[in-house]
Amino acid sequence: MNVIWIAVIILGAVGLVSSVVLYAASKKFAVVEDERIGKVAEVLPQANCGGCGYPGCSGFAAACVKAADGGSLEGKLCPVGGQPVMEKVAGILGLAAEASVPKVAVVRCNGTCENRPRVVEYVGVRSCRVQLLSGTGETACAFGCLGGGDCVAACQFGALSINPVTGLPEVNEDLCTACGACVKTCPRKVIELRPKGPKNRRMVVKCVNRDKGAVANKVCKASCIGCGKCVKVCAFDAITVSNNLAYIDPEKCKLCRKCEEACPKGAIHAINFPPRKPKAEAAPKQEATVGAVVSQEKKEA
Amino acid sequence: MKTFKIGGIHPSEDKLSAKSPIRQAGLPRQAVISLYQHIGAPAKPVVAKGDEVKVGMLIAEADGFVSVPIHSSVSGKVNKIDAIVDASGYRRPAIFIDVEGDEWEEGIDRSEDLVTLAQHPELTAEEIVGKIKAAGIVGMGGATFPCHVKLSPPKDTKAECVIINAVECEPYLTADHRLMLEKPDEILVGTELVMKAVGVEKGYIGIESNKPDAIALLTERAKEHPHIEIVPLKVKYPQGGEKQLIAAVMGREVPAPPALPIHVGAVVQNVGTTFAIYEAVMKNKPLFERVITVTGKDVRQPSNLLARIGTPMSLLIEECGGMPEDAGKIIGGGPMMGKALMHLDVPVCKGSSGLLLLSEREARRKAPQPCIRCAKCVSACPMGLEPYLLATASALRKWDVAEENGITSCIECGSCQYTCPSARPILDNVRMGKTTVMALIRARNAK
Repeated sequence: MNVIWIAVIILGAVGLVSSVVLYAASKKFAVVEDERIGKVAEVLPQANCGGCGYPGCSGFAAACVKAADGGSLEGKLCPVGGQPVMEKVAGILGLAAEASVPKVAVVRCNGTCENRPRVVEYVGVRSCRVQLLSGTGETACAFGCLGGGDCVAACQFGALSINPVTGLPEVNEDLCTACGACVKTCPRKVIELRPKGPKNRRMVVKCVNRDKGAVANKVCKASCIGCGKCVKVCAFDAITVSNNLAYIDPEKCKLCRKCEEACPKGAIHAINFPPRKPKAEAAPKQEATVGAVVSQEKKEA
Repeated sequence: MKTFKIGGIHPSEDKLSAKSPIRQAGLPRQAVISLYQHIGAPAKPVVAKGDEVKVGMLIAEADGFVSVPIHSSVSGKVNKIDAIVDASGYRRPAIFIDVEGDEWEEGIDRSEDLVTLAQHPELTAEEIVGKIKAAGIVGMGGATFPCHVKLSPPKDTKAECVIINAVECEPYLTADHRLMLEKPDEILVGTELVMKAVGVEKGYIGIESNKPDAIALLTERAKEHPHIEIVPLKVKYPQGGEKQLIAAVMGREVPAPPALPIHVGAVVQNVGTTFAIYEAVMKNKPLFERVITVTGKDVRQPSNLLARIGTPMSLLIEECGGMPEDAGKIIGGGPMMGKALMHLDVPVCKGSSGLLLLSEREARRKAPQPCIRCAKCVSACPMGLEPYLLATASALRKWDVAEENGITSCIECGSCQYTCPSARPILDNVRMGKTTVMALIRARNAK
């Protein structure tokens, strides 16, 4: 009898002491997680692509809540969900969403097999990074796309594919979420995230060759030679040439397409524009009408 | 016979040019002297367009401690300083010199007379290292590490012996072999100079047993040099690797990077470098020419040529009977560690040990098959790594896994890929992983 009582008392005492310690510890070391984090994470796409710059969607949710406490969601953007998702996030956090510009990946190289002749044959692992160990690649261009497909492997959304005819990657704009994984992986920095532009139209210099004009001209038919003709025709100061390479600032570009015509090497491309009327190319007189058509379309947009 | 213990392979030797004496290659019409001929900071040009230069004249000075000066290999006029795609496959600045005649700088002793150390007892270690530095000498086995840096060991270390690397374990290459047969006394004096420079009493010359004539000749001549021992080594690739050679000769393992050979008391120099050191110190001749093996199964006349730095490879191929019809790949260096050249006007540089012309059939790579987990690459790896794991980690961009498993210890010898029955591109991926991990480590340390 006695033995049983002793056991009960000892166990009871141990239990009591432990419960007090555990209670105290739970109060002392309590982690209060903001319930808003969970709510924000729920509306995020759960792609965990890291395109926002944070480790996964929950990391981004925590960052949004922290930013909201600071009073603004500025600079926070889920590239996959885009504006609609950010509006939902802002709604949960009781803020107005920052206006964001939808972006898309753009391949800035037009060194197709035809434009950029292969000078050597690379035999080995089809990977841009591996290829770079043995030299500047199969063509003589030391800057352009290697065609190894590292960007294709990096894309989680299946938006990139290598075109077997040109040997260059192509972006499926419907699938591209502008997460930036391809931009990070490309060892040549050929891919850039650019604003989609009004009606999905944009002007791009499809070249990243920073060699002097004579050298760049020799290695590729479609290279930018840094001649600066586009800078002269641009009425909006949108184009700059540095390191023998032209760059169009998408914020300033008004899509007039003058630079496209001025470029002697055809390095400037107008993307998603309707085809020009055949006459426009033959007779320079017609240029004005083309400009008018474009501006009219812009108004409609 | 001595050899290293871990891993290693024995590829077909194919030393086709072993019987061909060293001969002088013709002068090029234009020499193209790259400013990136060594590991470390590129040299800074001290000549400009239109300047007249003579053979042996300083044309670019060292830019920092880990850097070496470059001397003109020809006489003539500087045409331009422009970029050229060199043996690395990249466009890099080089000095173009139009050759006129062959006028040498005064002060270079062009006689064949042997100058021994006994004739110059006044030479101090500092003077020797200074002359080596001024002559622009780099490791001529291919790594092109500035020689004077190796001969100036850190204060907390102590050299115990000098090992001369006369292994030449790469198949096909015979430049070092011929040099030993034709300049044995010079090499022994060069070895003594290296010993004096680092202040040690013991020197070894490690030679693989597939060069019995060189072993016999040097052993005979070394009788006059009691501190130098000739060590015959069992034929095994990559015995010419610095760490493998130390393991073979001294039986000591160099720990993983950042440890250096000097931490186990060894200073290793290539035999070609040793000859260049002799010429620089005793003959006052800077490094502007070297022996290069031009070889291949279809080359009409496989040869060992004494070529000026800056000579285009196309000229050397002409010297050896012209380009074979079925040439498929031109490799700068040996077949194991060499690198395919982008074009034939790649100039000879200080690290060019060979030029190998492979036929289309030899150059073809087999289509890779899935890994069968045979672990042959693990047994072959001379650094005791697991190449299959490193290759997979690199291909999957798992840099942390690659780093934990010692990818930075890889010496890129290619034994894993050579031995793989599934013809997997192991080294391609490991090399990519190694460069990436090294860059990550550098970025981390810079923080």
